[in-house]
Amino acid sequence: MAEVSLQNISKSFGNQVALEGLTMTVPDGSFVVLLGPTGAGKTTTLRLISGLDKPDKGQIAINGEDAINQTPAERNVAMVFQQYSLYPHLSVRDNLAFPLKSPMLRTPADEIIRKVGEVAEVLQISHKLDNKATELSGGEMQRVSIGRALVRSPQIYLMDEPLSSLDAKLRSDLRIELKRIQASLGATMLYVTHDQVEAMTMATHVGVLDHGKLVQFGSPRDIYENPISIYAAGRLGSPKINILPAGLFPGAPQGAINIGLRPENISIGEGIETQVIRVEHLGDQTRLHLKTNDIDLMTLTDAHTTLNKGDIIAVSPRNPLYFDANGDRLKEGK
Amino acid sequence: MSGFSVTEPSKRQKWIAGILVITYAVVTLMPLLWIIATGFKSPEDSISYPPKVIFQPTLEGYVNLFTTQTRITPNMKDTLAEPDSWYEQIVRDKNMVIAGPSRYGQRFLNSVIIGFGSTFLSIFLGTLAAYAFSRFKVPIKDDLLFFILSTRMMPPIAVAIPIFLMYRQLGLSDTHLGMILLYTAVNLSLSVWLLKGFIDEIPLEYEEAALIDGYTRFQAFYKVVLPQAATGIASTAIFCLIFAWNEYAFAVLLTSGEAQTAPPFIPTIIGVGGQDWPAVAAGATIFLIPVMIFTIFLRKHLLRGITFGAVRK
Repeated sequence: MAEVSLQNISKSFGNQVALEGLTMTVPDGSFVVLLGPTGAGKTTTLRLISGLDKPDKGQIAINGEDAINQTPAERNVAMVFQQYSLYPHLSVRDNLAFPLKSPMLRTPADEIIRKVGEVAEVLQISHKLDNKATELSGGEMQRVSIGRALVRSPQIYLMDEPLSSLDAKLRSDLRIELKRIQASLGATMLYVTHDQVEAMTMATHVGVLDHGKLVQFGSPRDIYENPISIYAAGRLGSPKINILPAGLFPGAPQGAINIGLRPENISIGEGIETQVIRVEHLGDQTRLHLKTNDIDLMTLTDAHTTLNKGDIIAVSPRNPLYFDANGDRLKEGK
Repeated sequence: MSGFSVTEPSKRQKWIAGILVITYAVVTLMPLLWIIATGFKSPEDSISYPPKVIFQPTLEGYVNLFTTQTRITPNMKDTLAEPDSWYEQIVRDKNMVIAGPSRYGQRFLNSVIIGFGSTFLSIFLGTLAAYAFSRFKVPIKDDLLFFILSTRMMPPIAVAIPIFLMYRQLGLSDTHLGMILLYTAVNLSLSVWLLKGFIDEIPLEYEEAALIDGYTRFQAFYKVVLPQAATGIASTAIFCLIFAWNEYAFAVLLTSGEAQTAPPFIPTIIGVGGQDWPAVAAGATIFLIPVMIFTIFLRKHLLRGITFGAVRK
């Protein structure tokens, strides 16, 4: 329901630089997933957009309107905190109703009951509504925390690893549910996660952050297939991309130092000889750990493979990605 | 459950703990029980030696506490009509008549107004200051906090004379307002420091969540911080009330009539009609009740303990 534009944002906490010259536009109605290791500036980005922190430098506009001096309430954003932050003195029901009772929304009582009921249903916490917020398990707290954002219809949803404490089944249920809610409301969503599946399945756009800088922004497919650097390539993909010396396979272009090879892009049959170190049967697929000249690589193969540890196989690359000495992608290597 | 457990104390440990607690309780409660008992003794029983544990209870002390009395001659006594109430009967048996109510009730009321008034003010100002010190960037914060604490580093009575002169100039001597302000000033350092500690314990995340949920900072303070600080506020209030309620030295110095509190008044009872220990004990007993009620009333907040928050650490 709103476009967010960040212009040249910098933020430090003491000597710690959290963001440095971050420029990013979150299109209206998009689902943007921020990726990056701890300390890359993901949470800081959310806090700056929410208005809880102020940038040292730069512009923030929401819906084309300068937001830098607006309070969090005026920005009309909902946020799911990584630490849940449920109000411990209130019941689950009152926690969910809290944003609706704010002076900003002043929702009528019957409307509150309806919305809280709906959200509790979606998040499968209806049976816990009368519990105190402190009497919940970690996963339940996290769901209440998501619910507190979903009862509202804000301009922007900000979610900081909202599914991290849930078990696998609930996580996949809620992944679909969140995506459905976001799509049906046409809401703009910024979402921080470490989960590769969440990033690939939910995002319309992925932003890759490195040390407070945005290194790549695009669709998840694009970033997966055309990463601009080794760093960006390493953020998506499980198992992780193989980074190998450029000389391992013939045909590397001038200036290439490393080849990036997704595990599924290694063909078995001809090419250089490698030894099978380990075979991991995952049921639907098999992971092969290979070694050649002291270089480890990993590939995927048929679930019913007959290969064993110690076997020698020949492999060759498909769609290799070439990187230069700085780890940046070589354009002509495409 | 049987067998060895590291967390569950053994039977013998429980016995020892129980005996220790009971011994301690008896020692600390003894003076209190002594005072309550003395209030119901006759003046003769109250000074008998060895002290009487079993005695004929009487309300004479309480009647003496609340009334002023005049002695009458046996001739005069015969001319009077029969006493029409139990307390007049008690007085008449001593060859006295009730001349009017004593000033104890009014002094007691002064104590209530000044004690609770200054407690309320200390908590109100203390909570606001503690919140500001806890959450905001206050310039020279540490120096200010030290300055606030330093007002406690000498006994307040050390500044009695300047305060006495100041109060006389300002017309605050012997007024309720003067005593409320004085006790608030003394208690404020305690309340700011205690409450700051309690508010520091409340994670900032709750207020941030409230700000995001559409509340202003003051509303977040009122709706989210205050309910969670209730435990701390309750215990701080008890400390403030106990100080203001029991304070003696300033009360003697600065009040004489209008705003005199109970503590300086109770000893003056001794002087009226011989050494009337039962009346003094009765005055002290009644004087204890409000603090007791206040403490019991707030006890559930004290016992509730520290809220285990719903914030993931």
